[in-house]
Amino acid sequence: MNSNSIHPIASLLAAVARGISGVQVQWAGCVPDERQRIYFANHSSHLDFVVLWSALPSEIRAKTRPIAAKDYWEKTRLRRYLVENVFHAVLLERGAMSKTKNAEEAHFMGRHLLDEMAAALGTENSLILFPEGTRGTGEKIGPFRSGLYHLALRRPDVELVPAYLENLNRILPKGEFFPVPMLSLLTFGKPLPVEPNEEKDAFLERAREAVSSLRRIGPA
Amino acid sequence: MFEALHDAKLVWLYGGVLFLLIVSTLIGRILKGRYRAGPSRTTIDNLNARIRAWWKMCAIFAVAIMIGRVGSLILFAIISFLAMREYMTLVPTRRGDHRTLFWSFFVIMPLQYYLIAIRWYGFFAIMIPVFAFVFVPTSIAIAGDTEHFLERAAKIQFGIMICAYCLSHAPALLLLRIPGFEGHDARLLLYLVIVDQMSDVLQYVWGKLLGKHKIAWRVSPNKTWEGFVGGVLSATALGTALWWATPFTPLQSAGMSFTICILGFAGGLVMSAIKRDIGVKDFGVVIEGHGGILDRIDSLCFAAPIFFHLVRYYFVP
Repeated sequence: MNSNSIHPIASLLAAVARGISGVQVQWAGCVPDERQRIYFANHSSHLDFVVLWSALPSEIRAKTRPIAAKDYWEKTRLRRYLVENVFHAVLLERGAMSKTKNAEEAHFMGRHLLDEMAAALGTENSLILFPEGTRGTGEKIGPFRSGLYHLALRRPDVELVPAYLENLNRILPKGEFFPVPMLSLLTFGKPLPVEPNEEKDAFLERAREAVSSLRRIGPA
Repeated sequence: MFEALHDAKLVWLYGGVLFLLIVSTLIGRILKGRYRAGPSRTTIDNLNARIRAWWKMCAIFAVAIMIGRVGSLILFAIISFLAMREYMTLVPTRRGDHRTLFWSFFVIMPLQYYLIAIRWYGFFAIMIPVFAFVFVPTSIAIAGDTEHFLERAAKIQFGIMICAYCLSHAPALLLLRIPGFEGHDARLLLYLVIVDQMSDVLQYVWGKLLGKHKIAWRVSPNKTWEGFVGGVLSATALGTALWWATPFTPLQSAGMSFTICILGFAGGLVMSAIKRDIGVKDFGVVIEGHGGILDRIDSLCFAAPIFFHLVRYYFVP
């Protein structure tokens, strides 16, 4: 199958997610554009990716792939089908670098992950990334993992767009199967380039700040 | 289906609404042409936006009533759903309320409308005040989070009462069997909605024209005595003039519409107080451009159940 066509189930799930979350999308810092981008957002619900993805115009949507954790999404056949066939996700080994003690091996693993993400970007794709690496409670944004920084250095031509997803943790929190209908907000911020000579930690903190500054209602 | 069109009086009611819409659209156009700038311009733009919203709402409502009882039920069920979604979004619920909320949205509310559909009045009247009342705190308690327990249980129960229970009494008018009025119950529903919504509109208009003395400025700065009295009196007059469409005599119709207007005012005031409490201006803050669904129907939530029981007590043997 052509990786740039939208699977009908994906469109269906996107419509359902939009219906349940009543999401209001605001492009506060940029406009939808077909150029290559990495959208990075806070993560508190399984709906996050689908809602963010569905907010993009369809021609951009067809070229936008999520980054998902391999250990979680390969566990059952349904999950694997969803990420691989329906959403064409890029599956990555989560925490692969920290699992190993050997610095050289960690470096090698990190390189490998980066290669995979860069390959997924290719020449025309965009990515959706949740740099926290795992779903939080929705109250605070956790520390960002370093992949975003390294990827940004590797591909300076790709725009990094922060986004904030609000209230989705109440619609479908971690550990629940059934969603509850509530209204939610999605705000896209201003693209955030890595400054010349910027250190990893400084950039990651700035990126986290960029995401959390898009919060519109504030903590409940 | 479409038997509504054979009811001449119902068609007249529709015609009246259409006439009002056309007249207000024209007035909106004229005002827009006259005041091209200045502070009154914002008010006029707001007025025109409201009129446009009214066209849409009336069209949806007309179609629902034309489809018949099922159409009205589905329409009100959707309104209940949207209103409750707004309410629960703004009320601070916690993680432990998730399953209770799921039941409220997907079991309790649909069941309430299903009970109307199968005309089971006895259970319809007590399902939420009795069964859901017991169910909600139990289900929250099972989730095990006791922080703000009483508040959370009360807030969720109140939301279900307002958005599902109270509102469902409007389409429940269709299950009343009034002697000599069989088959025309759609007119009664339309009567309630027209008087209630016109009371809102006329209070707004009178308030804008003459409003000086605030009623409860802390709760709602836009509500004035002049708007209240003018709106209630003119909407009551309008309701009285519609007696021919109802099972009421002109005097009864005056009493009914007066009650609807007063309760509509009460509903609006209470909902404003809740909004102040939560700290929002409109329930639809999330939906930019217009206030939320709950802001449109707050007056109906109080008027519908009392009107329903008045009609049921006095006109159904």
